[in-house]
Amino acid sequence: MAFNLVYKRFGACSILVEWPAVIEEEILKDIMIFKTAIEKNNIKTIVELKHAYNSLLISYSSFLESFKNESDRLKNLYKSLNFKNDTVSVLWRIPVCYDAVFGIDLETISVEKKLSKDMIIKRHSESIYTVYFIGFLPGFLYLGGLDESLYMARKTTPRLQIEKGAVAIGGNQTGVYPMSSPGGWHVIGNSPIAFFNPKLKSPCFAKAEDRIVFEPISLKEYHNIKVLVEAGVFQLKSEVFHG
Amino acid sequence: MVKVLAPGLYSSIQDLGRIGFQKYGVPYSGAMDVYSAALANHILGNNENDAVIEMTMTGAKLQFNSQTCVCISGAAMSPRINNNTIKHNKNIKINVGDVLSFGKLSKGFRCYLAVSGGFKTEEVMGSRSMYLGVTDQFKLYKNDTLLINENNSYTGIKNASVKVNNRYFTTKEIDVFKGPEFEFLSENEQAFLFKKEFTISKDNNRMAYQLSEPLENSLKPIITSAVLPGTVQLTPSGKLIILMRDCQTTGGYPRVLQLKESAINILAQKFTGGLINFKL
Repeated sequence: MAFNLVYKRFGACSILVEWPAVIEEEILKDIMIFKTAIEKNNIKTIVELKHAYNSLLISYSSFLESFKNESDRLKNLYKSLNFKNDTVSVLWRIPVCYDAVFGIDLETISVEKKLSKDMIIKRHSESIYTVYFIGFLPGFLYLGGLDESLYMARKTTPRLQIEKGAVAIGGNQTGVYPMSSPGGWHVIGNSPIAFFNPKLKSPCFAKAEDRIVFEPISLKEYHNIKVLVEAGVFQLKSEVFHG
Repeated sequence: MVKVLAPGLYSSIQDLGRIGFQKYGVPYSGAMDVYSAALANHILGNNENDAVIEMTMTGAKLQFNSQTCVCISGAAMSPRINNNTIKHNKNIKINVGDVLSFGKLSKGFRCYLAVSGGFKTEEVMGSRSMYLGVTDQFKLYKNDTLLINENNSYTGIKNASVKVNNRYFTTKEIDVFKGPEFEFLSENEQAFLFKKEFTISKDNNRMAYQLSEPLENSLKPIITSAVLPGTVQLTPSGKLIILMRDCQTTGGYPRVLQLKESAINILAQKFTGGLINFKL
């Protein structure tokens, strides 16, 4: 599937390519195929490629003398692509403790949505989420696939500090805070695993198009896993995902 | 080796930043005023990307335990070696035991200290720029020790110096490009951006500078997309936020303007209450 793309100059050294303004897996696939093709094309002056839900930012090492020449080159490359789907992704099983110790906003959601806490946890942990991209904070995964009954407008006043590992819901999104940060999302649990490790060659285990499921664990299991994570010996469960 | 006797208000190690890691959500970071940092390195004959100390509003107090050369650029903070005033933008010899200190801030906001060969602190993802969560430390503390090239014989040309145009610190002009969502603003809103003089609010740090004067607008948030240092975001309530070097990699507010690189450097030398005009 090929889309009508919009090319915009962004600052002195970058081109922003935009897909239709919707969050869809078809678009994510399309972006990733184009991104991979640009990487393989090995254009020496490109220093950074960064994609989001419906956009790809291409940054060059110096001032873009001719936006037209460069965007024409990219348009031709896009036209030449073969959009068959042969991606293999990984499904990661992320342990999450939804105990009241961590799930500090479960009560609020429960009242607002007229759903029991157990039902919220069930619906949150039964979905398979798609990783769209990593942004906002080092290791923060933008996930698609939250159950509609759990959509919850962001808090009007953000918390000054959300704990590392907090699993939260904001609008139609859910995610895990890889480090402590201010934030306006509703916190429903905490994951003991590390989402970002700057010392590793691949600092994030997950990548765009991978899948995530959240597996409920008890407080006791949480502390056990935490110890293993801190000792650097915890093995995250994963499997190859076709679909 | 350099010992931090006092860190000042907010001092950190910075180079030209962390490039190639945006895909993991890692900010670029790097010197807020890249021009001044690079200038200090050039005067010492260093590489442009060598790590320097960035000092904000008040200077640090440092003791050198080896012979080296230093150069100070950027904000004027009355630098002294053992209580003797020293000049900016000059290659200055340092002897074992010398103490470098700073006094009153008279111009600019961020001062840069380069040392011969650069500071050899922890390197993570191709950069020594400190950033919370990526490097172990995000700023300098009292009694920190910073590694430098220990066997540096003094080779600097004594009279080498450059003249920096003061306009760099005083100009209100902030050169910009149109941002990706600029065209969504009405003609009046677009005109307002270039007619109005804006004030830098007290919310300003390495991540972003917020402006005091609101821009009434009807723009909706966008689907989260790329942002860059120098991106001017417009919130639904009309707040203009200029992202700086430590900014997040993506954002959901409309991007109405994009600062030129030189304008980011100029803005980095301004502080609360400072006035700016956007110029296309």
